[in-house]
Amino acid sequence: MENANRLILSPAPHLRGRASIKRDMYLVVLALLLPSVGAIYFFGLYVLLMLATGVAAAVLTEYVAKAMRRRPFVMDGSAIVTGLLFVLVLPPRTPLWVVAIGSIFSIAIAKEAFGGLGCNIFNPALAGRAFVTLSFAGSLGRWIAPTTSWLADAVTSATPLGEGFVTTLTKGGLYKALFFGNVAGSVGETSALLILVGGAILLAFGLIKWQVPVFYIGTVFVLSWLMGQDPVFHILAGGLMIGAFFMATDYVTSPLTTRGKIIFSVGAGVLVVLIRVLGNMPEGVAYSILVMNAFTPLIDRYVRPKPYGYAKKKERG
Amino acid sequence: MNTRVVEWLGLKRRAGVHPPGHKALASGKAIEHVPLPESVVLPLQQHIGSPAQALVKRGDEVKVGQKIAQAGPGFCSAPVHATVSGEVKQLLTMVSPITGDPVAGVAIESNGEDEWLECVPADAEALSAEEILARIKEAGIVGLGGAAFPTHVKLSRPPESPAHTLLVNGAECEPYITADAQLMLEQTDRILQGIKILMRLLSVSRVYIAVEDNKPQAIERMRRAVSESDLPGEVTVSAVEAKYPMGAEKTLVKEILGVEVPEGGFPTDIGVVVQNVATLAAVTDAVVEGKPLVERVVTVTGLVSQPKNVLARFGTSASHLIEQCGGADPRADEVIFGGPMMGIAQPSAESPIVKSTNCVLVKSSDIRVEHGCIRCGRCVATCPMSLMPLMFVNYVKAVDYEGLIDYSIGSCVECGACAFDCPANIPIVAYVKVGKAELRKREAT
Repeated sequence: MENANRLILSPAPHLRGRASIKRDMYLVVLALLLPSVGAIYFFGLYVLLMLATGVAAAVLTEYVAKAMRRRPFVMDGSAIVTGLLFVLVLPPRTPLWVVAIGSIFSIAIAKEAFGGLGCNIFNPALAGRAFVTLSFAGSLGRWIAPTTSWLADAVTSATPLGEGFVTTLTKGGLYKALFFGNVAGSVGETSALLILVGGAILLAFGLIKWQVPVFYIGTVFVLSWLMGQDPVFHILAGGLMIGAFFMATDYVTSPLTTRGKIIFSVGAGVLVVLIRVLGNMPEGVAYSILVMNAFTPLIDRYVRPKPYGYAKKKERG
Repeated sequence: MNTRVVEWLGLKRRAGVHPPGHKALASGKAIEHVPLPESVVLPLQQHIGSPAQALVKRGDEVKVGQKIAQAGPGFCSAPVHATVSGEVKQLLTMVSPITGDPVAGVAIESNGEDEWLECVPADAEALSAEEILARIKEAGIVGLGGAAFPTHVKLSRPPESPAHTLLVNGAECEPYITADAQLMLEQTDRILQGIKILMRLLSVSRVYIAVEDNKPQAIERMRRAVSESDLPGEVTVSAVEAKYPMGAEKTLVKEILGVEVPEGGFPTDIGVVVQNVATLAAVTDAVVEGKPLVERVVTVTGLVSQPKNVLARFGTSASHLIEQCGGADPRADEVIFGGPMMGIAQPSAESPIVKSTNCVLVKSSDIRVEHGCIRCGRCVATCPMSLMPLMFVNYVKAVDYEGLIDYSIGSCVECGACAFDCPANIPIVAYVKVGKAELRKREAT
């Protein structure tokens, strides 16, 4: 002890655990690497440009927004996560300027305008996706088939959930293609397998609760089956997997308690099937989660753990 | 909902955290008598309740065990005894090592003789309940687990709500601390005798001795001693999971008995009396030997050359104890009284240890930048009281006191499990303390 009469006075606890925002965020980035690399493999090097653009725009926007709000900028990795997730749910040949604008919207409007990390109501990446869908629909319509040669010209192809999708594959062959990623679709959604591996990383590090993907995907499976659809197709196609593991599990925009998370997941699952089967949009994952994001404060208000020793009829003085 | 369904859905909460134990530092180190200090400073409030009133003045000669302050007004207070023999040097106002607030104190300079006031032994079997309680009260015994609640108050049961269970707390869930573990190994008989006295006093026949399963030797020793003892009734030594805060009274009651203490109440409200093992040993000393509480086992650990479990007199400065352990590492800049989870940082190494000081932890500071909450829900998952700690932070920031009450801030035991696990480094307990203080202030006006 250098100076025994001038010690540091800090509040308890004086021992802190390993958890940190940075650690959480970079673990999510790690889990997203596999779908990202897979996307480059499936859809060519152009996807790498999209990923770089999306992440760079996100980080820069956060830096500028913090400067404008006179708040310290911390490279905590959350902007990287938003940038990556946003690009992973875009069509594989989205123009780079659309990628940049969407990424800027995600951070500037959906996140920083609400007060930054922890204060946003809607998942920033999905809000950005919804924004570009509404604003630049024409630039997003070009879906392509996965390519085996990285620099080859892409072949335009319909997505499994879209109209006019025809396949020569058998049912089993289609499932296999959907699972391993051999179909047209958004950048990171195409291979269920790679997302499952990423999700397993999140589960292994305790970053997400298994209840969220299980109840979300389970609800879609059961409800689509009840509505006479092909349940296996519905859980493998589109963005359900990435939504279930990476979007519905977002800390900030989903409920705090496990009970609340289950309500959120079931609600989102119901919405996905309703939008896909009864609505006039091919895909409903993004909107299902955004709608449930709006319900999150309400769920948290009413779904609380019962405090230890709490008596039902309590008189408050 | 069906309990099995609840469990399957993962809705059954697994509260608590597993901080690194660091117990190996002082574990198994025999309790050592350290040389007495040249002087002691004794705060007159070392317990929960009203402060004790000084009985001595400057220049008085005192002996060890002499009462220097009597229990204050009201039932909930405890006397303070001289812990060295010598001369009263000063009646002063000092910084409380517990609250950090100004508190009256007595400074005694030792004459190095260690002369004791004569203790009056008694046959515990022959004493009446009132006599036992009086001896405990006069000895100045308070809960030695850390909370320092006057023991005679806890043991005074109104006839209409008798106790049915004595729960002996040997969990010692705070990292670093090994004082209770060592006491269980070395002074098993004193603890068992204390149990016997309280069983008779409270007329309970059901006793649980709870020890965390990271202390297998202590569990084994207690089990053997219980089986060899002549304790009447049903005495069970329970190994509980080593998990923080297992040793918090209410957590332990739920773990062992499967029931919850009503919100705002105490375990005694449901007939359970919880006593720490060190308190029981002190009860034995007081009742059988008539010896007042002047010393306790303290784990001196962390960044010291030789971590030890020492028997130290109250009022001894932390620096004296650190010196007896080979001195502190130059990197150290924090001295904590108690464990790292709930302990209190001291402004100076001259702070005197008090009745509740089970540990002097020397460490280097780990100050982290506080970030905004990211709503990860870890605090909600870890809270042993099933609260939503992040809401306390939100409502304190928003100056919304109704919100604090709505989310049962009063139930918070300030264990710090939430803050331990917080990725945003939010000092949640500090916010809770502010919130509670504001509510008290508002109630008072």
